[in-house]
Amino acid sequence: MAKDETQGFRLIGTRPDRPDGLDKVTGRARYGADISAPGMLHAAVVRSPHAHARIVKIDASKALALPGVKAVITRADLPTGLTGEDWNLQENTLAGEKALYDGHAVAAVAATTKLIAQDAAKLVEVTYEVLPHVTDVDAAMAAGAPVIRAGTADHSVPEGMHPNVVKYIDFGHGDVEAGFAAADLVRAQSYKTEATHQGYIEPHACMAQMGSDDRGEMWVCTQGHWYIRRMSAAVLGVDASKLRVTPSEIGGGFGGKTTIFMEPLALALSKKAGGRPVKLVMSRSEVLRATGPTASASMDVKLGMKKDGTLTAAKVMFRMQGGPYIGSSPVGEALSCALACYDVPNVMHEGYEVLANRPKAAAYRAPGSPMAAFAVESLLDEMCRELGLDPLKVRLKNAAREGTKSSYGPTYNRIGLVESLEATMAHKNLLAPLGPNQGRGVASGFWFNHGGETSVSLAIGEDGTVTVSVGTPDIGGSRASIALMTGECLGIPYEKVRVNVVETGALGVNEPTHGSRATFASGLAAVEAARQAMAEMCRRAAAEWDIDPEAVEWRDGAAHPAGPNAGKFPPMSIAEIGAKMGGSGGPISGHHEVTAGGFGASFGVHVVDVEVDPETGRTTVLRYLVVQDAGRAIHPAYVEGQYQGGAAQGIGWALNEEYVYGADGRLQNTVFLDYRIPVASDLPMIDTVIVEVPNPGHPYGVRGVGETGITPPLPALANAIHAATGARLRSLPMSPPKVLAAIKAKAGG
Amino acid sequence: MRYHAPSSVAEAVRLAAGATGITRFLSGGTDVLVQLRAGMVTPDDLIDLKKIPGLREITRTPDGGWRIGAAVSGAEMGRHAALCSDWPGVVEGMRLVGSTQVQGRATLAGNLCNGSPAADSVPGMVAAGARVVVTGPAGTREVAVEEIPAGPGKTRLKPGEMIEAVLLPPRGAQGGDAYLRFIPRTEMDIAVVGVGVSLTLEGGKVAAARVAIGAVAPTVLLVPEAAKAIIGTTLDDAAIAALADAVRAAATPISDKRGTAEFRKDVVGVLAGRAARIAHDRAKGAAK
Repeated sequence: MAKDETQGFRLIGTRPDRPDGLDKVTGRARYGADISAPGMLHAAVVRSPHAHARIVKIDASKALALPGVKAVITRADLPTGLTGEDWNLQENTLAGEKALYDGHAVAAVAATTKLIAQDAAKLVEVTYEVLPHVTDVDAAMAAGAPVIRAGTADHSVPEGMHPNVVKYIDFGHGDVEAGFAAADLVRAQSYKTEATHQGYIEPHACMAQMGSDDRGEMWVCTQGHWYIRRMSAAVLGVDASKLRVTPSEIGGGFGGKTTIFMEPLALALSKKAGGRPVKLVMSRSEVLRATGPTASASMDVKLGMKKDGTLTAAKVMFRMQGGPYIGSSPVGEALSCALACYDVPNVMHEGYEVLANRPKAAAYRAPGSPMAAFAVESLLDEMCRELGLDPLKVRLKNAAREGTKSSYGPTYNRIGLVESLEATMAHKNLLAPLGPNQGRGVASGFWFNHGGETSVSLAIGEDGTVTVSVGTPDIGGSRASIALMTGECLGIPYEKVRVNVVETGALGVNEPTHGSRATFASGLAAVEAARQAMAEMCRRAAAEWDIDPEAVEWRDGAAHPAGPNAGKFPPMSIAEIGAKMGGSGGPISGHHEVTAGGFGASFGVHVVDVEVDPETGRTTVLRYLVVQDAGRAIHPAYVEGQYQGGAAQGIGWALNEEYVYGADGRLQNTVFLDYRIPVASDLPMIDTVIVEVPNPGHPYGVRGVGETGITPPLPALANAIHAATGARLRSLPMSPPKVLAAIKAKAGG
Repeated sequence: MRYHAPSSVAEAVRLAAGATGITRFLSGGTDVLVQLRAGMVTPDDLIDLKKIPGLREITRTPDGGWRIGAAVSGAEMGRHAALCSDWPGVVEGMRLVGSTQVQGRATLAGNLCNGSPAADSVPGMVAAGARVVVTGPAGTREVAVEEIPAGPGKTRLKPGEMIEAVLLPPRGAQGGDAYLRFIPRTEMDIAVVGVGVSLTLEGGKVAAARVAIGAVAPTVLLVPEAAKAIIGTTLDDAAIAALADAVRAAATPISDKRGTAEFRKDVVGVLAGRAARIAHDRAKGAAK
């Protein structure tokens, strides 16, 4: 069931240029830092150089004395009394009693130029009492580890755990011990993954203005401006409706721009500076030190397998740190994703969330799922090898399908894992011969996808063209996809639909572009809005023809009499209806708002061929295949782009990306020179196969496609490196020093 | 900060000698400007060398060697066919620095004066036996490249001194050189290990050789024992093994964010053998 681009659709499945393309390639697109206003000030942030320190005193007098400095703010300028996640957000925006990680903001300055602001930031004197710190998840749980914030743990944590252990989760079904007893082979292993950053090209940037009446406006690079509004309002103690937030174009987010980091600082500085607008743009180092990486993880997995490959039981225990606040690590998601690809009768999941002196983790593309896949898919590969079984056939034998009770609870409706495995097994890459020091690895992956709060409006123009207003910032081509679906529905050309991402005042609350939901949920709502407008246009035609509205049908962009009995009238096009609508009853629009259910999970299978230099441990990716179920690919080029992008980020996570902390708890690699995301020449062209098993919960069958692709690369690379070298890496990244050491240990042992 | 654009070396040296604060020479600016923007250094005097006549020229010296002006970019070196033919290892080291854009600005002299033990162009220059023309208040002198670095970020240049040009000796018959570095990626990275090898052949055997290693000690090192290990041999496996042992013995690496000491010591031996084979092949090619 590989992609069929001829299913009777006129627009869906075609590959037109994206509407934002020309602006982006000519530099006209306006990103976070591209907006300026008269009288605007520039901000700089004072950040803790310590991983854990009590803030004894902040003296801003020298900074304030510098000509051009208009405002300095510290935590004392923010309201008190916040609780829960609001407190976490405020605490992360500006440290209170303690700085909790290297790079934690402790004060902010606004001045007439960026250079003055930076100089003033250096003049803010902060007296610290340095405290012992901990950055490793296992070390943070151990007896004697420095306590980051006593009393954070919730009721779920068993007695006797270290205070840094703040949450415990367990769930499962069946009888795992009976399942292991029924297995022919039971194996258990432990795995670790390092934190990685989303690595978006555009650093966080905003321009904000706020008056003494607390009314404010903000221009900001974000995945979700209602989230920015709600969170900023909470941190500043103002009503959400006092803030109006407009999203800029966005140079990547990958989940990392679904929350606030410095936006309230710009608002608070503006207010303190008499309402002058304030621009705040992070440097790359600030992005890496102080914005959301993903969690680091330490994981135990135990699997039971029959000789024929049938899984009988699975047990996982994950420990994750997501920084110094509760609720930031994706341990729950990781547990839910761990075994989601398989129909296993007996499963048990346990997890701990742990605090550490690292930045507050943010979402990163399928949060939790890549780490979980690394552990589970690596062990599965080891067991297949031990039993002499084909790893793809074992995955197919155990694959979850429609009607399977998922490892995390719900029963799956129609899903496309089996079809994805079959398409993988039929792909030519599996026949490519491998030479010396080369190896092939496979792995599967999963993401739930998401629906969420969605509000979309659509308006017919006076010339019959259509404007769609959505609240989900366009990261991966969603404006093009929504225009295709709207045009398909209304029977008009793609070029006649303009999709705008509009500000918080223009629509009801929208969740961010997260959970791979934008094309699914905003697309679904746009189609519903188009159907409303279509019905109204039929009514207008019926009124003009003086026939019953039910006797009018819509096709090919025009109202038509529904049959010979309806009367003989020439079709009335959308352009004609638009031109007359002022006199026929007024503006025609459609609107749909929903908390979208019906989202469909996306499964994927990756195959990678690598060559490992046995003398240096350096891995070269020779060939890479992504096969994934899209439900339906509205714009196949952007679906392929998501598959390739997910694989590229996963390859970086697998091979070289990591947070390197010094003994002092400071992040050592705060620029892209040393935080090694893959460069273009590191990767081959990534092959893709779009599988289409339509999602019954969407009018055109869309599933989210953005996230699953980052999940299989971690274990696929580990499995391929093992195949090439015989060395099994159970700790990421699989950087050359670690791979070389593993090869030598194997040769020595 | 005062920006100066002198029109002669003498004027540049006079400005530098007269400066009392933090002074930086600016040729490509690919280190200075990055450090300035990152807040690592704010010079009081910035002396731009690009306007000085002759500093952007590559010229053949009377002895058949080369003089490469201090402001010649990597891209200009890469397009100089005769230079590339004589000293491919020196050129390839320089060409590994940064991106295409950086190559349009970055210079050999700047890479040397930045003082990084991982500077990609320096092992190739040291292996080649390159010298630099240093001019200062006390006049002009020639110094071997390996004498310039004093430690990470530090050089042995005296206050007011600048490098005017890099001098490469004549390549001669049956000579070849090569530079290899190890990075985890394919480009846009800093050497975890670097090795430059230059050698000449006579009668099928290595007659002369110089081996330099980078990123495995506080400065780029010339390793005479490594040269000895291959001189007089046909560069057979035993010679390659001895070469690897010699550079490993000379290396005193640290563990840092870019790699472990153990890894660097291993890999410097591996790269020395590989670079020597490339240099050997080039020397044989040159003999044809």
